[in-house]
Amino acid sequence: MSRVELKINGNAVSADIEDRTLLVHLLRENLNLTGTHVGCDTSQCGACVVHIDGRAVKSCTVLAGQAAGSSITTIEGISNGDDLHPMQAAFRDNHGLQCGYCTPGMIMSAIDIVNRYGGKLDEDTIRHELEGNICRCTGYHNIVKSVLDAAGRMKVSQAAE
Amino acid sequence: MGVEGIGASVVRKEDRRFITGKGRYVDDIKLQGMTHAHFVRSPHAHAKVKGIDSSAAMKMPGVVGVLIGQQIVDDKVGNLICGWAISSKDGSPMKMGAWPAMAPETVRFVGQAVAVVIAETKNQAKDAAEAVVVDYEELQAVPDIRAAIKPGAPQLHPEAPGNVVYDWHIGDEAAVKGAFSKAANVVTLELTNNRLVPNAMEPRAAIAEYNEAEEHYTLYTTSQNPHVARLVLSAFYNIAPEHKLRVIAPDVGGGFGSKIYIYPEEMVALWASKKVRRPVKWTGDRTEAFLTDHHGRDHISKAEMAFDKDNKILGLRVKTHANFGAYMSLFSSAVPTYLYATLLSGQYVIPAIYAEVMGVYTNTTPVDAYRGAGRPEASYLVERMMETAARQLKVDPAELRRKNFVTQFPYQTPVIMAYDIGDFGASLDAAMKAIDYAGFAARKAKAKSEGKLRGLGFSCYIEACGIAPSKAVGSLGAGVGLWESAEVRVNPVGTIEILTGSHSHGQGHETTFAQLISERLGVPISQVQIIHGDTDKVQFGMGTYGSRSLAVGGTAIIKAMEKVEAKAKKIAAHALEASENDIVIENGEFKVTGTDKSIALPMVALAAYTAHNLPDGMEPGLKETAFYDPTNFTFPAGAYICELEVDPGTGKTSFVNFVAADDFGRLINPMIVEGQVHGGLAQGIGQALLEAAVYDSNGQPVTASFMDYAMPRADDLPSFKLSHTTTLCPGNPLGVKGCGEAGAIGASAAVINAITDAIGNNKLEMPATPNRVWHAIHG
Repeated sequence: MSRVELKINGNAVSADIEDRTLLVHLLRENLNLTGTHVGCDTSQCGACVVHIDGRAVKSCTVLAGQAAGSSITTIEGISNGDDLHPMQAAFRDNHGLQCGYCTPGMIMSAIDIVNRYGGKLDEDTIRHELEGNICRCTGYHNIVKSVLDAAGRMKVSQAAE
Repeated sequence: MGVEGIGASVVRKEDRRFITGKGRYVDDIKLQGMTHAHFVRSPHAHAKVKGIDSSAAMKMPGVVGVLIGQQIVDDKVGNLICGWAISSKDGSPMKMGAWPAMAPETVRFVGQAVAVVIAETKNQAKDAAEAVVVDYEELQAVPDIRAAIKPGAPQLHPEAPGNVVYDWHIGDEAAVKGAFSKAANVVTLELTNNRLVPNAMEPRAAIAEYNEAEEHYTLYTTSQNPHVARLVLSAFYNIAPEHKLRVIAPDVGGGFGSKIYIYPEEMVALWASKKVRRPVKWTGDRTEAFLTDHHGRDHISKAEMAFDKDNKILGLRVKTHANFGAYMSLFSSAVPTYLYATLLSGQYVIPAIYAEVMGVYTNTTPVDAYRGAGRPEASYLVERMMETAARQLKVDPAELRRKNFVTQFPYQTPVIMAYDIGDFGASLDAAMKAIDYAGFAARKAKAKSEGKLRGLGFSCYIEACGIAPSKAVGSLGAGVGLWESAEVRVNPVGTIEILTGSHSHGQGHETTFAQLISERLGVPISQVQIIHGDTDKVQFGMGTYGSRSLAVGGTAIIKAMEKVEAKAKKIAAHALEASENDIVIENGEFKVTGTDKSIALPMVALAAYTAHNLPDGMEPGLKETAFYDPTNFTFPAGAYICELEVDPGTGKTSFVNFVAADDFGRLINPMIVEGQVHGGLAQGIGQALLEAAVYDSNGQPVTASFMDYAMPRADDLPSFKLSHTTTLCPGNPLGVKGCGEAGAIGASAAVINAITDAIGNNKLEMPATPNRVWHAIHG
């Protein structure tokens, strides 16, 4: 057992965990942040994507101990109170989700994509960048639409800040 | 239409919890004192279990118990059932081997459970499962259909000699023989419908809790049909009586058929929860999903179609072998028979059809319904046949189809189905316009000048859904009726709760069903709550599969609403001192037509519950129930056209355009409908280009992870161009047909027809990987 200290959604957190605990299990099992999902066991599906120090990472690829001292953002941490993050709103408005299981990982990956590409995003780039997130429901059509829409919204909201 | 009523693409009510990470799936639930289960699974495709030594495992940290197959047999937990009885040609019933929840003596596929370890934590259960020693005596395995029916093949079940479950047929063999004897041309085709793994993104999971004081069980499970699960668990598996078992299917992360069935893991979790007197949780991982979620498709077929000199179809003869895997899953027997061969008429007038289907056991994961279930296999066969015929007869593939379309409705096919309505020409027109068919030849020539092979493929599918009229399916061997139930509760404050037997696992029922209420009462959808997925809350219902939720479940809601409205009108008329025949419902108010007198819904509801001033003899309350049994299947149909390019140097396929023109009858929420089509198309395209569950000759699965099984990813797929044509379904008051499976049913033939058109070689099997396409081009 080891103690790990890190920041999650702005809050300082410490937990005593088995050394083999993955970050995703720390979030789900120890901290009850069950919005981050597990969809595979080979780091292929992306349902568990969170942000570590602002970068999208599959939280099943990281030992919780490796994340010590980092600042983690999960799907539960991106809205501002009742105000949805523009990416969340875009997924809702464009029907970018069906069963909702891949959605948290999709949204976290998509925010990172928009952050990296800014206004230079097009459909091909989004499709290529989302290659590490699997969705079985939507055929990706409306996810791509959502990300394009959110890219515009995020530019506007950044300009307003 | 109201702002939120029928036809409005309102955003989904359920989305907020999903986009904020507040969905509640089974694995998100923790119960006090909960233990964790991990299954010990067979690494062999066929073996005798000579002994299980769990002594070392029992001593491992945190282990609460190790339970083995013989114990579940000793406790008289029932074997898994198949709920649809099919008879062979000779009248004999299908031949099935026993399927205990954990194998006591023989394992017949890789991944079959032989024991379960229950421990304080998941990791402890996994660690201890490694220490369970199982002594196997390997037997020869047979994973392949052709090999399984050869003389001398390894036998899976003594009850099924030759590994044959049934040898079934449908149609008129003599009439087909007559048709072929008159034929000017005969077109033949052999094809494989590749085995697929459903892969809902949420792995299956179960939490079972036994309450000793009440002798009552609660099961949280990833189910598309919690009441069916409760019924089967109690009536057949003998685990708990129906009134002592509550089944809850909370948010479920996709199903696609794979979560219809009641699996060994749920049975074992329930049984074990009483044994260890603690709640037991099992969450499958993706590897377990590949090994144990029931697979889809897996047919090999030979088909012949006879044409007269004017290219009118005279007859169709089909022989199919269907792989059932090692055991007969819950509805497996119906999939390659009544859900497949009954659709072999496609959109066409085919005067004579005869189909034979042999169902075969192999040492593979059981096969059952996966999105479309039999209908994709039928559609793929018919639509590849039509394209093949057009090439052989040297006619335009659209014109050949058009010449043979059913145009008079109702139309009785020679294979049971009676198509109620459709306009196949209209959807083909819409698709051809959307793809600019007239300009294709020029585009193909231009691509050729750039070194690319461009192709175009049609698929004019029809399916039968809105499953299903109970009497009809009962006469065909179904063990259940396929009606649906609904309850409408108008609360004293006028808010409305709809309790439905349908189950949403991505389909958006919480929105679509609320729109039905909004349309009728003129109230906002925020005033309507849809409740589903809990057998303690909702009366018995049949669940969601076969694109039935709106056509059957939605109609049940309408039927219950009609009763509620009739009573509410009486109450309103009494309050307004008017005749109930003069009451109309508008914008949430009950109005006396032609006057300014009205009473708002909440006041009517309050009057119903205070009961201070109701018409004489009226019961208090405002709540009604309906059970709705459909009178026919519904018949969604459409035309898909795929245009793509093949790189002859690499065999790689690139989409140029994919258009879909569907007729689903009336659309309640077009946004949700289109989302369903997108997802279905992705699965159909996945089957055509990427996906295949592969076993080696020993029955070892070689595609048991997302590393090996090619799931469609965002950059494998195009954006889709959708359009709709409309003929209203006459069989239900909403005029709806069902949209959940169409994409998966129609897409694969369009893709393969396009590739074979591009490369000029019709011998191509799915998935059409670059390797296969390259060899089809270059030999």
